Amino acid sequence: MKAKASNFVSVDFPSRSANEGFARTVAACFAAQLDPTLDEVNDIKTAVSEAVTNAIVHAYPDTIGKVSMKLRIYEDNGMEIVIRDWGVGIEDVEQAREPMFSTGGEERAGMGFTIMESFMDKLRVRSAPGKGTTVTMRRRISRRAGVK
Amino acid sequence: MAVSCTCDRRSLTAVLSGELDHHGAKQIMEELDRRVEQELPRQLTVDMGAVTFMDSSGIAVLLRAHRRMAQLEGSMSVINVPKQAQRVFRAAGLHRIIKFL
Ligand SMILES: Nc1ncnc2c1ncn2[C@@H]1O[C@H](COP(=O)(O)OP(=O)(O)OP(=O)(O)O)[C@@H](O)[C@H]1O
Ligand SMILES: [Mg+2]
Repeated sequence: MKAKASNFVSVDFPSRSANEGFARTVAACFAAQLDPTLDEVNDIKTAVSEAVTNAIVHAYPDTIGKVSMKLRIYEDNGMEIVIRDWGVGIEDVEQAREPMFSTGGEERAGMGFTIMESFMDKLRVRSAPGKGTTVTMRRRISRRAGVK
Repeated sequence: MAVSCTCDRRSLTAVLSGELDHHGAKQIMEELDRRVEQELPRQLTVDMGAVTFMDSSGIAVLLRAHRRMAQLEGSMSVINVPKQAQRVFRAAGLHRIIKFL
């Protein structure tokens, strides 16, 4: 059963590292409509940071390219986050999702996908070498009775 | 993102503050490297009390410092970890490698 989307927002930005903080702040502000707890907001910020950082670091290693972030809120209090790039793509997605797998050398731990998976209810990664990568995440925000 | 270090009798304390993401991590890594080479400490304490956000970039920073301290046959511990960073470390299983106090 698919719940209906009640609101959405879409932002495009170049793959500059200064936009990592910007993207997670946008996601946190948009998520505020669902009245999340602080932990829930932080989980969303962390997952967004991982996906956007991957687009910035891995998708466009030597160039600046476009990154797009789409956020959707559903009537079942779910939030969907779609982060897309048109960069180098991933050869073997299953391998990329394994904990500690990284092509990023010493500065990366290979834990990004593992963190997205553990902080979100659902994670889907679609990628084609030379075409780009789309990461779709879904997280249900708990409904809190009474407190506003 | 900022790091300030104090060293007392070969015990180095690094206080990190701000947002520890990919955008800020390189500078932290370089500053930690530099101070560790300078002081060759026996003990490194990383104080995360003022870190307002951290993602996997912070894991790589700590792992690198941990490796360097092991080479120096010293030890490293991480203190005052905020809740958000704690959740990231837990998801990554980092407590099996690094000492959190
Ligand atoms: N958007 C992307 N475009 C191209 N390759 C990607 C993309 N996202 C991830 N990858 C590949 O998948 C690997 C695993 O990603 P993951 O985020 O789990 O770890 P990491 O980015 O290497 O390290 P960390 O996230 O811990 O800093 C990357 O090293 C890279 O090879
Ligand atoms: Mg990553």
